[in-house]
Amino acid sequence: MISLSHSDLLMAFGLVGLLALCTWRLRLGLAGQLVIAALRTAAQLFLVGFALKALFAHVSLLWVGLAATVMLLAAGREVVSRQKRRFTGGWAFGVGALSMATSSFAVTILATTVVIGIDPWYHPQYLIPLLGMLLGNTMTGIALSLDRLTQTAWEQRDVIEARLALGQEWSAAISGVLRESIRSGMIPIINSMAVAGLVSLPGMMTGQIIAGSPPGEAVKYQILIMFLIAGGTGMGVLAAVGLGAKRLFDRRVRFRPDRLKTS
Amino acid sequence: MKPESPRGGRPWAANGPAAGLAVRGLRFHGRGPFSFHLTPGSCVGLTGPSGVGKSLLLRALADLDPHEGEVILDGRSSAVFTGPRWRQQVGYLPPVSQWWHDTVAAHFPGGAVPLLASSGLPADIGRRPVNRLSTGERQRLALLRLLGNQPRVLLLDEPTANLDRENVLRMETLILEELHRRQAAALWVSHDLSLLARVADRRFAFCDNGLQETPAGEAGTA
Repeated sequence: MISLSHSDLLMAFGLVGLLALCTWRLRLGLAGQLVIAALRTAAQLFLVGFALKALFAHVSLLWVGLAATVMLLAAGREVVSRQKRRFTGGWAFGVGALSMATSSFAVTILATTVVIGIDPWYHPQYLIPLLGMLLGNTMTGIALSLDRLTQTAWEQRDVIEARLALGQEWSAAISGVLRESIRSGMIPIINSMAVAGLVSLPGMMTGQIIAGSPPGEAVKYQILIMFLIAGGTGMGVLAAVGLGAKRLFDRRVRFRPDRLKTS
Repeated sequence: MKPESPRGGRPWAANGPAAGLAVRGLRFHGRGPFSFHLTPGSCVGLTGPSGVGKSLLLRALADLDPHEGEVILDGRSSAVFTGPRWRQQVGYLPPVSQWWHDTVAAHFPGGAVPLLASSGLPADIGRRPVNRLSTGERQRLALLRLLGNQPRVLLLDEPTANLDRENVLRMETLILEELHRRQAAALWVSHDLSLLARVADRRFAFCDNGLQETPAGEAGTA
């Protein structure tokens, strides 16, 4: 593999700079955001690079667990910030983080122990990248579905209450909203499985090929990852929407939109 | 088509001191306490200025809003019912009807609209798309949908507000016949005193800290 020098990266950053210049001339008010985001990418990834180097040097369950926790907390915060209407109290963070934790961690551990069979199962060279990809995709799905759930439930509060007034259970009263939110969380992964290889060469496979892996091996890893992401995202979305929808009703099965606030 | 045949007496329709809906010390949204009793087969009218909390009272009775105090149906406290079971027995009709499926029939169990013949609605209305119905048709259908649950208590929030006079009278008759046939009780909110004079056995005015009975025949303020 050809090693990249810092000047190579600087040239690529020049492209972002050019784009920033264009948006500044067009008065889109994006230039600052764009440059800051690009610098954040560089800084965060360099830091992660150091962290991974240290993690790989000492294969320890404690350190891997710590890294996984930090990743989960960051993803949980991101889910909260992407919701226009969020749950009050700790629920906005809790619903997202809990469903991401159970689905992503379970799928990752399943992959390292049973599917790939790494020894030890928490070896950071496999576990951290796998968990990162799973968390990233699950996060997107859960953020989309929770945003849709809270927004649609708010818009349809009169319908939900009318259905409750007819004696329906909460699951029936909110069923239309539930279906819509689950769909919107799962459509992205279904779409990317459908076009994988045709329209886009997935990032992980591209990386492995550039790093010199035989394409056949890279393809098998990519297929594995796609399936893991589909399973993880789907389970995560189901859990998040289920927990979130339940939270919109109290013990007397009253609809409680007061448990939502606008951000 | 005769969709409904009169049902025989129901065990809990038997009259006794506990029969009907007993409300004790009900408080909600800083209002109350309210205490009153709806006897089976009776219709109680409720008036009061807009925004005073009449709808909130009905919502609290249907356990759609948090509240304090006790509501007892035929001797059984609302606490022993689940929320949905309670609302099947104590049916609340909101002032604006809501629809969530495409066709009318999809909103009715088994697709059959009950009491259709006496409602004056066309016999094929079940097949129609909801968005083609008039406001008045929706309002009448919403009432039939609620009656289909055979609730013991009806909480009616301006149930005939959007209807022409002929249909107002028709729906009044339909509701009163249902009340008498099934010995159900009704709390009927309306601004129309002559309407309440026709349908209600007793009439109350809503005040901040309770209900005040208005003697029959006296035209109170509303």
